[in-house]
Amino acid sequence: MRGALVIFRKDLSIEWRTREGLSSVLVLGLLLLVVLTVAHDAPPEAAPALAPSVLWATFLFTGLLGVQRGFLLERENDCLAGLLVSPVDPAAIYVGKLGANVALLAIMQLFVVPLVGLFLHLDLMPVLPALLVVLALGNFGFAALATLFAAISVRVRAREVMLPLLLLPLLVPLLIGTVSATRSVLAGGLALATDAVTVLVAFDVIFAVAGWLLFAYVVRD
Amino acid sequence: MSGVGIRGAPPPLVAEGLVRAYAGVRVLAGVDLTVEAGETLALLGPNGAGKTTLLRVFALLLRPSAGHLALFGVDARSAPPALRRRLGYLAHESFCYPDLSGAENLAFHARLFQVPAARERVDALLAWAGLETAGRRPIRFYSRGMSQRLALARALLHEPDLLLLDEPFSGLDPAAVETLQERLVTLREAGRAIVLTTHDLDRAAPIATRTAILHRGRIASVLDGRGADDVAAAYRAVVAGGR
Repeated sequence: MRGALVIFRKDLSIEWRTREGLSSVLVLGLLLLVVLTVAHDAPPEAAPALAPSVLWATFLFTGLLGVQRGFLLERENDCLAGLLVSPVDPAAIYVGKLGANVALLAIMQLFVVPLVGLFLHLDLMPVLPALLVVLALGNFGFAALATLFAAISVRVRAREVMLPLLLLPLLVPLLIGTVSATRSVLAGGLALATDAVTVLVAFDVIFAVAGWLLFAYVVRD
Repeated sequence: MSGVGIRGAPPPLVAEGLVRAYAGVRVLAGVDLTVEAGETLALLGPNGAGKTTLLRVFALLLRPSAGHLALFGVDARSAPPALRRRLGYLAHESFCYPDLSGAENLAFHARLFQVPAARERVDALLAWAGLETAGRRPIRFYSRGMSQRLALARALLHEPDLLLLDEPFSGLDPAAVETLQERLVTLREAGRAIVLTTHDLDRAAPIATRTAILHRGRIASVLDGRGADDVAAAYRAVVAGGR
């Protein structure tokens, strides 16, 4: 796992230096939030019902952009081949890229979630710990699957189209789980979201293990 | 051949009947080749002969469609990741991140390969490549020759036992070519095995202990330690004769 840590640190170091991924993700997130909240123009009492869909729709589209950017780094100068000729297990490359994607998406969530509360006049503080659990599970599951599929799509010509086409159908259970869990959390707490959280945990475990096992076959010709 | 390999140790590279096909087209059509420790093999061939594909197979980046490849006696199909520590590969691309400096790129690869005393090794290779000052700048601003020198430093970083160099003289000025030739001779004399592809016979001939000509996906001819003129004549005969 030493190799995973080296790759994780390298990705964050490049992101910190360029801030290209983060800035584009944050701008897109802000735009989506504005569009979605203005379009609905919901009264305060409708906010708890609306917030989950606004939150996760924003997360989904910004996440796609962020994860794709993470693999474009490896495309320039064929850097992915540079990782593959090193004595690092491909599974460790997956873990390093996954960790970097989770970190990027977590920063995006830290930015987007307070704005959702602000735009929808929703006090998130009382449910924040439970909400953080759902956000973390949604983030990890999305990144686990998206990291694997970004590695596939980055090698094809129409990569901007291929990633959503490949990824979105498989993300449906995760999106249903996260929206449902977030709605339950906003209605009363994590206790109400047990079923949805179970789905999220299962999704996270299945696709993290699948990514770990399949990454080598995906990245090698 | 000036082999100085360890007696009884398996050769660094043994290829038998290697085939690689893309969409049904056989780029490699049965390559048989052995490279011993302490030799430099120059691989020549016209454009599209399969040189780059062959080197990518040797570097474990491509799986052969058929045939057998053994590196240091280990079957490539079951090669553990640790085996790659013994391989150094220079490709057409540098494998370096444009937003990191030359020194940061080398330090990153040194960590991947767990190079001991990495900082000293990185500094020494930057000095060898003539990039002491430029090494602190993002490589996005490097010229073609500077990128090639950095890529060579990256391939040499972990002192590999088998060095695979795809067009190593490309983009280099005459002084850098001479420095590289000296380095490759030193490495060969220290028992390393080197395979390099090139179109530049004059630069490869002085350092190659053997020359193989790849044509239409097969090794058409192998020459032992000849001068550039002999190699050029053999090359022309193979390519013109369509052997």
